Amino acid sequence: MHPAPFAYKAAHSVEEALQLLRSHEDAKILAGGHSLIPALKLRLTQPAVLIDISKISSLRGIRRENGKLIIGSGTTHREIEQSHLVAEASPLLASVAPQIGDVQVRHRGTFGGSLAHADPAGDWPAAALAVDAELVIAGAHGTRTVHASEFFTGMLTTVIEPDEILTEIKVPGEGTPGIYLKHRNAASGYATVGVAVTATHDHGRIGTVTIGVTGATPVAFRASIVEHALNGHAVSAHLLDEAASHAADGLECLSDIHAPAAYRSQLVKVMVRRALGKLLHA
Amino acid sequence: MEENHVGITVEVNGRPHRSTVEPRTLLVDYLRDDLGLTGTHIGCDTGQCGACTVIVDGQSVKSCMVLAVQADGAHVRTVEGLAQDGRYHAVQQGFWEKHGLQCGFCTPGFMMQSVQILEDNPDPSDEEIRHALEGNLCRCTGYQNIVEAVKAAGATIRSGAETMAVGTGVGA
Ligand SMILES: Cc1cc2nc3c(=O)[nH]c(=O)nc-3n(C[C@H](O)[C@H](O)[C@H](O)COP(=O)(O)OP(=O)(O)OC[C@H]3O[C@@H](n4cnc5c(N)ncnc54)[C@H](O)[C@@H]3O)c2cc1C
Ligand code: FES
Ligand code: FES
Repeated sequence: MHPAPFAYKAAHSVEEALQLLRSHEDAKILAGGHSLIPALKLRLTQPAVLIDISKISSLRGIRRENGKLIIGSGTTHREIEQSHLVAEASPLLASVAPQIGDVQVRHRGTFGGSLAHADPAGDWPAAALAVDAELVIAGAHGTRTVHASEFFTGMLTTVIEPDEILTEIKVPGEGTPGIYLKHRNAASGYATVGVAVTATHDHGRIGTVTIGVTGATPVAFRASIVEHALNGHAVSAHLLDEAASHAADGLECLSDIHAPAAYRSQLVKVMVRRALGKLLHA
Repeated sequence: MEENHVGITVEVNGRPHRSTVEPRTLLVDYLRDDLGLTGTHIGCDTGQCGACTVIVDGQSVKSCMVLAVQADGAHVRTVEGLAQDGRYHAVQQGFWEKHGLQCGFCTPGFMMQSVQILEDNPDPSDEEIRHALEGNLCRCTGYQNIVEAVKAAGATIRSGAETMAVGTGVGA
C-alpha cells in the first residue's frame, strides 16, 4: 500500500510550521504519523503537502508549573509512560500510556497527535476529558486555550482549525488517584471501550469523581450522570452499583463487527463499576 | 534530482547512505528496495504484525509506519547489523538455542524488538517480555520459545560471555 504523492516540509519551529500551513493549500500536519500514515496508505486522505512537526523540540517534553503538568503536543506515548513526573503528578495518564498500541507504536505516536486526531477508539480523549485538560492551540493570531469538554466536536473532529497547531496540554498535577481500564479490540489493540476515572475520597466519603469514556460512541464523553450520583456521598458498594448502572443511559453506542451497540453499552456500565471499585475500594 | 524528490542521509548499521527518495516512500521500502536490506520483512503493512521492526535512534519502530524522509539524519539498525565482528548477537544466539522460530518470517522483527527490550532492561521478567512483545505477531511458535530466547539472550548479555561465531550450526 502506497500513499498518493505529496510534498514534504520539515518545520523547525511552531512559527515556521504555522507559516507553512498558511502558505500551502491542502497541507496537513505530520506528527508521529501513526494515524495519518495508515490513512494516507488507504488513500482516505490525499493532502498535497505534509508539514512535519516532529522535529520541533519546543513541542516535546513534560514539566510541572504552578501545580500543573504541562505536556508538549509532540511528546510520545512512550515518554509519558516512562516519565516519573507523570507517574507522580497524574496517575491517570500514567495508567493510560502503557495501554496504547505496543512499544513500537508508543515510540512514535504523540499525545497531541492522538488528541487532534480524535479517533473514537483512541485512549487519550477519555483521559483528557476526565482530567479536564486544557489544550493550547497556536494560530496566526496567537494562542487560545480550550478545555477538553469543548475540544472534541465529533468523530475525528475537534475545534482545531486547518491553519492551527495544538502545542501543549495542561493537566492537573496534584497526583489525584486515577485509573484507565480498557477493553482492547483483539486485532487492532484500540479500545472497544475505555474508561478513564479519577476519584478522591476522605474518611469514607467521596470527594470528586470524574469519568471519561472512549470507544463506545462516535466521540468520547464525560459520564456526568454517574459523577453527580457519587460526588459528596458516603462510599458503599450499593451506591457504586447503582450509579454505574446508569453509565450508559441515553447513549447511542457504536455498532460494528467487533461489538454491537448493546455489548458496548454493557461494557461501559461494567467497566465504570470496576474502575470505581478499584479507586474507592468498594 | 527529480521534482518532488527529497535528499536524505541515513546511517544504516553504521554505514552512511545518501539517497533521494519520493516523500511517500516508506522506511521499510527504502531499506528493502533502495538499500537491498531485505532482512526487514513486510507482513501486514498496517502496523499490526511487527515483522518490519527496526531501531531508529535507539527506539524500535514499525518501519511500514514511518516515512523514509522522517529518518533523515537518523541512525537505523536492522537485522543485518546484529552480528558484529564475526559473532552473532546474543539475541540471534538465543533464538537459535531456544528454537525461537519456525518459518522465520516474523523473526527479524522479533529479534529487533528483543534487542530493544534487553537494551531497556537486561533482566526483564516473563511478564515484561510478553508486554513488550505485544506489537509482534508470530503464526508459528506460540510465543513460548520466543520468551525463552529473550531470557537466554539476557543471560548471555549479563554474563558477558562470548557469543557463537557466525555460521555455527549452518548445514549441521
Ligand atoms: C498499529 C497501531 C496501533 C495503535 N493502537 C492505538 C491504541 O491502542 N490506542 C490509541 O489511542 N491509539 C492507537 N494508535 C494510534 C496512535 O496512538 C497514534 O499515534 C495517534 O492516534 C496519533 O498520533 P500521531 O502523533 O501519530 O499523529 P499523526 O498520525 O501524525 O496525526 C494524526 C492527525 O492529527 C493531526 N495532528 C497531529 N498533531 C497535531 C498537532 N500538534 N496540531 C494539530 N494537528 C495535529 C494530523 O494532521 C493528522 O490529521 C495505534 C496506531 C497504530 C499504527
Ligand atoms: S509490516 Fe509493518 S507492522 Fe506488519
Ligand atoms: S516463526 Fe513463522 S511466523 Fe513466527
